[in-house]
Order: sequence, then C-alpha cells, then structure tokens
Amino acid sequence: MSTNGLIGRAVKRVEDKRFTTGHGNYTDDIILPQQTYAVFVRSQYAHAKIISVDTSAAKEMPGVIAIFTGADLAEVNGVPCGWQVNFKNGDTMKEPKHPLLVADKARHAGDAIAIVIAETKEQATDAAEAVMVEMEELPCVIDAAKAVQPGAPLVHDDVPDNKSFDWVLGNPIDEVNEAMSRAAHVTTLDFVNQRLVPNAIEPRSYNSSYDPASEKYTLYTSSQNPHLIRLLMCAFVLGIPEHKVRVVSPDVGGGFGSKIFHYTEEALLTWCSKKIGRPVKWTSERSESFLLDAHGRDHVTKAEMGFDAEGKILALRVKTYANLGAYLSTFSSCVPTYLHGTLLQGLYTTPKINVDVTAVFTHTTPVDAYRGAGRPEATYLLERLLDLAAHEMNVDPAELRFKNFIPPFDGVQQPGYQTQVALQYDSGNYEGVLKKGLDMLGYADVRRQQQEAAGNGKLLGVGFSTYIEACGIAPSAIVGALGCRAGLFESGQVRVQPTGKVSVYTGAHSHGQGHETTFAQVVADKLGINLEDVEVVHGDSEAVAFGMGTYGSRSLAVGGSAIIKSIDKIIEKGKKIAAHKLEASADDIEFASGRFTVKGTDKSVGFGEIALTAYVPHVYPKDLEPGLDFSSFYDPTNFTYPFGCHIAVVEVDKETGKVELKRFVAVDDVGNVINPMIVEGQIHGGLVQGIGQALFEGAEYDENGQLTNASYMDYCLPRADDLPMFETGSQVTPCPHNPLGVKGAGEAGTIGAAPAIVNAVIDALWSGGHKVKDLRMPLTSERVWHALQEVI
Amino acid sequence: MNTSIHVTVNGVQYSHMVEPRLLLVNYLRDVLRLTGTHVGCDTSSCGACTIHLNGKATKCCTILAVQADGCEITTIEGLSHNGELHPLQEAFNECHGLQCGFCTPGMIMTAADLLQHNSQPSETDIRHALEGNFCRCTGYHNIVKSVQYAAEKISESAVAPAEVKA
Amino acid sequence: MIPAAFEYEKVTTVDEAIAALSNDDTKILAGGHSLIPAMKLRLSRPAKLVDIGGIAALKDLKEEDGEIVIGAAATHADIMYHNLIRTHLPFFTEGASMIGDVQVRNHGTIGGSLAHADPAADWPALVLAADATIEVRGSDGSRRIKATDFFTGLFTTRLGPNEIITAVRIPKPADGAKSTYQKFPQPASRFALVGCAVIRFADGSTNIAFTGVAENAFRDSGAEQALAGKPVNEEHITAAVNAALQNVDVLGDHYASIPYRTHLAKVFLRKALWAVK
Repeated sequence: MSTNGLIGRAVKRVEDKRFTTGHGNYTDDIILPQQTYAVFVRSQYAHAKIISVDTSAAKEMPGVIAIFTGADLAEVNGVPCGWQVNFKNGDTMKEPKHPLLVADKARHAGDAIAIVIAETKEQATDAAEAVMVEMEELPCVIDAAKAVQPGAPLVHDDVPDNKSFDWVLGNPIDEVNEAMSRAAHVTTLDFVNQRLVPNAIEPRSYNSSYDPASEKYTLYTSSQNPHLIRLLMCAFVLGIPEHKVRVVSPDVGGGFGSKIFHYTEEALLTWCSKKIGRPVKWTSERSESFLLDAHGRDHVTKAEMGFDAEGKILALRVKTYANLGAYLSTFSSCVPTYLHGTLLQGLYTTPKINVDVTAVFTHTTPVDAYRGAGRPEATYLLERLLDLAAHEMNVDPAELRFKNFIPPFDGVQQPGYQTQVALQYDSGNYEGVLKKGLDMLGYADVRRQQQEAAGNGKLLGVGFSTYIEACGIAPSAIVGALGCRAGLFESGQVRVQPTGKVSVYTGAHSHGQGHETTFAQVVADKLGINLEDVEVVHGDSEAVAFGMGTYGSRSLAVGGSAIIKSIDKIIEKGKKIAAHKLEASADDIEFASGRFTVKGTDKSVGFGEIALTAYVPHVYPKDLEPGLDFSSFYDPTNFTYPFGCHIAVVEVDKETGKVELKRFVAVDDVGNVINPMIVEGQIHGGLVQGIGQALFEGAEYDENGQLTNASYMDYCLPRADDLPMFETGSQVTPCPHNPLGVKGAGEAGTIGAAPAIVNAVIDALWSGGHKVKDLRMPLTSERVWHALQEVI
Repeated sequence: MNTSIHVTVNGVQYSHMVEPRLLLVNYLRDVLRLTGTHVGCDTSSCGACTIHLNGKATKCCTILAVQADGCEITTIEGLSHNGELHPLQEAFNECHGLQCGFCTPGMIMTAADLLQHNSQPSETDIRHALEGNFCRCTGYHNIVKSVQYAAEKISESAVAPAEVKA
Repeated sequence: MIPAAFEYEKVTTVDEAIAALSNDDTKILAGGHSLIPAMKLRLSRPAKLVDIGGIAALKDLKEEDGEIVIGAAATHADIMYHNLIRTHLPFFTEGASMIGDVQVRNHGTIGGSLAHADPAADWPALVLAADATIEVRGSDGSRRIKATDFFTGLFTTRLGPNEIITAVRIPKPADGAKSTYQKFPQPASRFALVGCAVIRFADGSTNIAFTGVAENAFRDSGAEQALAGKPVNEEHITAAVNAALQNVDVLGDHYASIPYRTHLAKVFLRKALWAVK
C-alpha cells in the first residue's frame, strides 16, 4: 500500500490549539446542572481503629445535602485488583477488601472515612471539618522488609504475615547457585528503589450523575482508560449493568500510570449520585494527591551478578521485597512480578537467572504502575550492577556491555530471542544503540575531560544504562495465563462519512501523547487523504465500542494496529465498489494515494467518490451492504521490546555534594516512528521522570506512617532550571509482529535514565578515589556529600 | 459578609458580590467560567494558575478575588487578539512545547511576562523565569525552545502584539 | 483548598489599618503569599483580614536622610528592579532575584516576609547584614526596631499584635562597600537551606548574617570580629569561617542534617567573603 508520506513526518499537533488558548476541557472544568460538591473526611493516622464517626453537627451545616460513612456502604464491594498472582505454592494471592469508605480501621494516612456532599465546595469543606471522628491510633509498619518480620503490626487482620504473595521466576535456584559458584567475580548490591509520587499536574477529578428517566449514570473521570473503569466499577463494585453507565475521560492532564487505576472515589461518587439524585463532583487537592494517587516503585532488593574471568555474565540472583501499600491497587500485583522479573534478562546473554519477589502490605499509600512500572526497577538493578562490576573489575563499562549483549536479530530472518525469564524478545540491535550513543557523546573526549577534571580537583563522571522494556501491552492469552483478569487487546473503528471525511474511534486514550495527530497521520496516510479530513475520537464509552486504554506504551502498537485492520477492511470494500463503477474485477483494482485504479490502465476513481457511492448506492454491487464503516479488535501476538542507550555526564561539587547534570545522551530504538517530533517529546518527558527519581524525588515516611514531604514545598519535582537540553538520537529496528512495525515510546526515557545518572555520580566519586558501591536515590547533595566524607 | 468587586478581565468589565474567601482562581473558573486557568497545587508552587494581574504574572490561587478589585486581568483566553494567536501560542505548537496541555496556559502566561521584560532571553534566562511553573510531560526541553522561537518571532515582526508592547 | 470564612476590610491608610487591627483575631493581608497558603490549609484561620495592598504610601521606595527607605508593601520585584537598590544595595537586588519565583516576587512583599519570619526566608539575612531598622506602627504610634533585635525565634519577632511594619530603613553604605548574598536553596521549596549575606565596608568592617541555619536569622559576630580591620584574604577568610556559628543551634531536617548544614553555612560564608574581597 503506497502512502502520501504522512507517516514518519513531524506533523504539528492538531490538538494543541485548544490547550494554548485555554479551551481544553478537563474534568474539573465541567459543571453540570444541579451540581453538588464532595469533600472527604480522611484519616490522619496511618493505622487507627475507628471508634465513632459523628456526623450530626455537620449535617446541620449550611448547604449540606448528605454525608455517608463506611457504615452506609457495608453492602457495597470494594475496588478490585485486576491481576491475580499466585504464591509459589499455588495459593491465590491475599486480596483483602479495599472499601470505598473504611468503617473499622484506617490503614494508611488519607484513608477515607466519610464523604460530605454540599451545594458548594466551601460548604462541603466547612462541614467536613465538623464531622467528629474518634480514633485509636495503632502501631504501624512502613517498610516492606520489616512488615514480614514476626510481630510486625498487621495491615489486614486476615493476612497474618502481611504477605500478599511470594513469587519466583527463572531458572531453578540450584542451577543459578551452581553458576554463581563458578564466577571469577561476583558483584553484589543491596539497594532501595525508592517510592515515588506520580504527580500528574492535573489532580484527579470525577463528576458523576444519574438520570432517573433513562436510569443511566454518567461518570466524567480523569482516567487513562474509561472503558476499564466502567467494567471494573459496574461488574465488580456497584453491580450496575454496563449499558446503563457512560464513562467519559475528557482532556486529562497527564497520567503517567497514576490514572489507570479504578479509584474508590469514582465508584463512591457514582453510588452517591443516585442516592442524592444530583451530580456529585470531587477534585483532589494536591495534598490529597500525595496521599491517595497510587505511588510507584518501592522495592528493597539484594542482587548478585556473577562474571567469568573474561567478564561474561554467568548468573543473576535477585531477591526483592515489593511494598504494595495498604491495599492492592488495580495492577499492583503485576508490577513487581510480570513487569519486573520478566525483564531481568536485560540486553544480555545471562544464562542463569532467578528472581524471587515477596509482595507486602504496609500502612502506606497503595503502590501501582508509575511510568515504566517494574521495568525501571529491573533496569536500575541490572545497569547499576553492570557499571559497578566494571568499576570493581577495572574494565570499561561500555566494553563490559559489548561483551555481554545479545547479538542483533530482526525477528524475521533470525528468530526472536528466548529469555530465561519467560519472554521472547521481538527484534533488537543492542550494540547499535550503544555504538551510536558513544559516538554522539564523543566518549574518548569525555573520558579525557574526566581525567583533566580530576587533575584540577573536580569530579566528572560518566554513567551508562542500556535498557530494554516490554511494551505494547499485551497479548491477551499470555497475560491471561499470567493472571490478568482482563484481555489486553484494543478496538479501532474507522467510519468514512459520505463526503469522504473520516472519523476514527479508538479505545486508547490520549492524555498528552498526541493520538489526535499520530492516529490521524496513520489513517490519512493509508487512505491517501488530507490530515484535516480525519478526526480522532477517544475517551467516551458511548462513542467508542470498547477499549483498554493507554498505558504500557501500548496505544500505537495495539490501538494503531486495530485501526490498520479497519482501514484494510475499508480499502477491500472500496475496491469492490470501485470495481463495480469501473466495470472491472475487484481483484484488478489497486488502491494508492487515495485512488482506486484498474491495474495497468488509467481508469480510476477517487476515495471521496467511493465514499459517497457507499452511502448513495444507486449504482452499486448487488451483494454489497451500503456504508463504509468498519470496526476491528486487535490482539497482539507478543509484547514489543523497545530498547536504548542512555549516557549521563555529571559534575559533583566537592564542597556541597551537589550534582550537576552536564549532558544527557539518549539513543532510543522504538521501532518504526509515525511522528518523530512526538516521539522525541515523549523521550524528553520520560527522561525527566527518570532524572527526577535519580536526583530529586522520593516519598519519605516517618515511623508514624506520615508522608513527611506531601507537598511541593518538600517533594522536589524537577524544574526547568534543574535540567540541560537533551541530546537525543534514534535507531529503527522495526517490530516484526504488528502492521506498523512500532514498539512504543512512552516509557523509554523513564526506564533508562535513573541508572545512567546514578552510575555517573558513582563514576565521578570513583574518579576522586571515593570507591562507593551505592548511593540511595534521590542523590540529594547531603547524601553525596556524606559519600565524599566517608569513603576514600 | 459578601463584598462587591469590579474587575476587567480580558477587556470585559465584571461586577460581582463575592465571599471574601473566594480565591481569584475560583472566581475566574467558577464564576466567569474561564477554565483555561488551572489549579495544580495548594502551595503556590506549580504555576498552572498563572495569569496577568495588572500586567504582572501572578499565581491566582494565592490571591483573593477581593484583592483583585479594580484590577485588570488577562487570562490565557485573552492572550490572542481578533483570532490571531500570540507568538507564544504559535510557538508552543511549532516546537511541541506541550503534551497534556494542563500546565500550558500558566507556562505561556509566565513566558509572556518574561518576554515583556527581556525580548532576547538566553536559555538560562528562560529556565530561570519558568522556575515557578511545573511541567510533568515535556521535560521542559521543548518549552525552552518554544520561548526562544517566540522571542525570535516577536523581534522579527515590526509590530509586536498588544500584550507584548504593554 | 478553601480558607475558613473571614471578614475582609480594605484600608487606604495606615491609621485605618491599625484601627482595624484592634479587633481580636485580625491579620494583616499584604501580598498574601505566606498567609493565604496557610489559610487554605486552615493552619491559619483569622476572623478578619485587613488588606493593606491599597495603601500607596507603603509601596514607596526612596532615599531619605542618608537612608534607603523601603515601604513594607514593596514587592520583591519592586525592590529587585529599583535603581536605588541596584546602586546602593546590590546584594538586595541579588537576594530579591532568588526569592521564590517570578510570580511570587511580583506579589510577595518585604514587610510580609519580615513579619512572617520564616527561618529560611531570604530577607531576614539581608536586612540584618545591611544593619536595617524595621519601622513599625501601632495604636501607640511609631517605633523603630533594629533588625538585630527584631527576629526572636521560629516565626516570631518583636512586632506587637496590633502593630504593622511600615518600612525598612537601611543606612546608605558609604562608597566602596561591597556586598553579596550567597544561597544554597532547598531543592523543592527554593527557600534557603543556607543563605549568607555579607557587606564589607571601606572602613574594614564586615557585616555577616545567616538565614536558614537556625530558628531565626542572625548576625554572626564571631565571624565578623575575625575579619574586623583585617584584609579579606585566604588567611582571614579561613579565620572568619572557623570563628563562625559559635553558640548557634543549627537546625537539622530532611534536606540537611546538623553537620551538613553547618558545613554548608561555612562553605557559603567562604563563597560570600571571596565575593566581597
């Protein structure tokens, strides 16, 4: 199929104008007729027994419409977990109820005790203050490794050791131990992959209403996947028939994973809207976002990597405690397991790998997928081990990687690469990205600069990270076998209007990714029409047949492929209509550049005319239905596996310990690219979330379970003046198993960046003789300064 | 209790009785329904609520509506004139300076304040000027390029738009 | 985030403001950039706010009787862009440019910052080093408080409950003075983890003040004495750094433990002294 060249072009985004002129439509912008406002009464304690909740005074306050407590919701289910992981012994994971409002105990600071609904936000806020809650504070546990110790306070009475599950993957441990015992060198790292707060700048917001005439609910939600919210809320929580619920995700101000999950407030507002017969709106305050939006990461890990005398990796042994927080969030259980353990092959030929994960409840905010989800943790582990091993063995970190890379394979001529940890990589050229990264960096020059700097008493460091990720989530059959309680296909409908204009309906959701542009590029390119003639519709369960939403860098690889299937059907039908018009056989019709042509002739008809004919079928094939509108579902055959090479150059201030990021080179291979401008933008943003983890961000709990940095005055988000311009490059290794050859770009930056930075700082310290094995992220100036003092 | 205020927003005069505790951002969003100004935090940190109050970049989540009595306000909705986009609005599209769009209005209003004071800002000037505006999507790279692009466009054009002249 | 309800009065003269302050539980609203965030979190819930933003006289910035007089309601940006300040108190220009961000500088005021007395705010170190006097007014009239007496502890000052700050008066430094403000910001809030303001006069005396280091900003007399009458060189800078922070209870927190903050204060004192050499 020839194209008009739109695919691959840096087309400017069609969605921008509404945002740059202030006409975006985010959930909190919506005020419905008869609108009411909700405010929550929340636990100040991490762990406390609820003795009593007295709403009597609050109910008398001006404007108050209703107040509900946990007791009112005794019969209502909690929000479910969407992924079942089994214990090593085959038992089902422990999955305690996550209630919409807690009635007995609060299990993390911020747990909701009551909802107050009033005529105005002011009145609801005032009345919430007047709800009297008597609580008895109980001992709490914050740290995952401590939570499994005997005698630790219990988060759920029916989970005796706070373990949701334990899990193992890879080669039998005996084989790994045997390989490790043959190692000439073993690099060991005990480290923490700290807890992060996602911090989409738009706080979560919901507005739910009930129409008694049609008996239908409408929920506006700042969600990355409205159909999934509808499914979970209807089928698992409220028991409402799905066809009686419309879920709309209008413009959404960033998600980064945190807006995938079905949150208690969505179901509770929907339940309340029928109870009071009016729309109920709630928008999270930032201080609530810190306590309630599912956090990311929080692994405590011991990892060992064995090398032979030549520097070839022999074995990898990993033990991780994953902190799940107080409840199982929607996808929490798959993050430390199937999105983490399965990636521990990395880009390397490691023959023996064993990963053992214990997933633990604590009195903290639930933890779930945050940009990268499991893959940053896996990458951090591997890439830190590689650079540290290079220091310990006194070899160049780039050379050590070249020695261990899986050789190039395209997945067509050469088969995919079967890992030791369940996955089959699709296609890859790993040495290619590192070679390109070294070129872009001017590696030899930078090492020379480092030596000169050391001579002048300055600490310059270079750090590497060569990562792989599993994206395009995911084949339903595979994820189903691994415990996912949903399919992970995508739907795509292409509706050609009578005038030849095209409406595209996708189950993916754009909250910054630019689908309205890239998906339109794909459709306009394949149909040979103008970009302006394509409109992409997403985020409305009434408009779009079905969808699994946007996360795991899946939109184009899965959602785009569904659209391609529909386009194929349109062209096939178009050929039949054209054949009839041109008095030829459909087999003889070619479609290119927007025209249907009889092969070898100049007889042709344009796409617009075929569209019109389909809807005004006066002269039309006898057996053919009118209309030109196809819907498809696409279920991939494999994950996609983007990969890349990130290199950081940092300078460490000896006096203060402050780290300055001087350069960041990123070479990412995300398969074929539809819009290079958008891909580059995704990489930039991803990098800064990785850099944020390395240098700035980290949730800090005190021993009472209070999140002590729950505001922007204390939790450090990267700002414009913290960062340099980025040096990005690309390589293209097409994905062999989807029609566009795309792999996904949303998470690459975040997955690769953090270990490159930490490795660079440690390299800088080694250059000054400070032989540090590990530094805990974020690398605050104080932590680096201590390393400078203590280790010579 | 309620206090009357008179403000000019994007060239239009408004008079309302408001509760003293009504924040200016809620007045703009909920009363005037100018929802392009956003709220992203509660500590005057994120800058999503940035408007121009008497010509100066202001975080209107930290100003009471009553404090704005008698003031001239420009919001993102008032930045373009007669359908012609401000150079920054064009630049953010041209340089892919936005993704989810939530921080964009505040980012543009702050950048417009910068360009009023400094028509040829360096990269360092731009990054410093934007320190009070958080973006979680772009990594700031393309925002910096957008501001540089707009600065060039403004200096190229003989007649600068009204907002920049002011 | 919505403040608890309160009454509001906008005044146009200082007298009106003082009269209004006599009611219980009344607070002055200047720029509001410290007060309103606290009210939104309902950590502060005054019954009444008196808005002094409309008192034009409080925004004056002028030279008077050998002093630079900065009206309490002058914003950080007003001060930062003022030529009088740039000429005579360049470290005020430098310091003002490091406060908050553009938007905060456009509305936050020097009087508000001093009255709030955040232990990590920038102005306290600057006014201390400049040997400023804080002019305040209450129902009993005006009085002047030396900056060195003004700050008494964490968020506390000698400002009386019914007094407002009207101006900051700074003796105009004689020709030849050199000044600097050196700051290591807390990465999230950008308040000073350590801030060091130094002015070196032509007569060989040096004023040194720290913020962010202890419960309130302070002049470091030990360091000042080590330098008095001595040339600013490596030897005497080292002596001053060694003499600094005597009898100071240095704060420790999430971003800087006591030893680290102590170290940083000395590093930034050293930087500051080199800058005025």
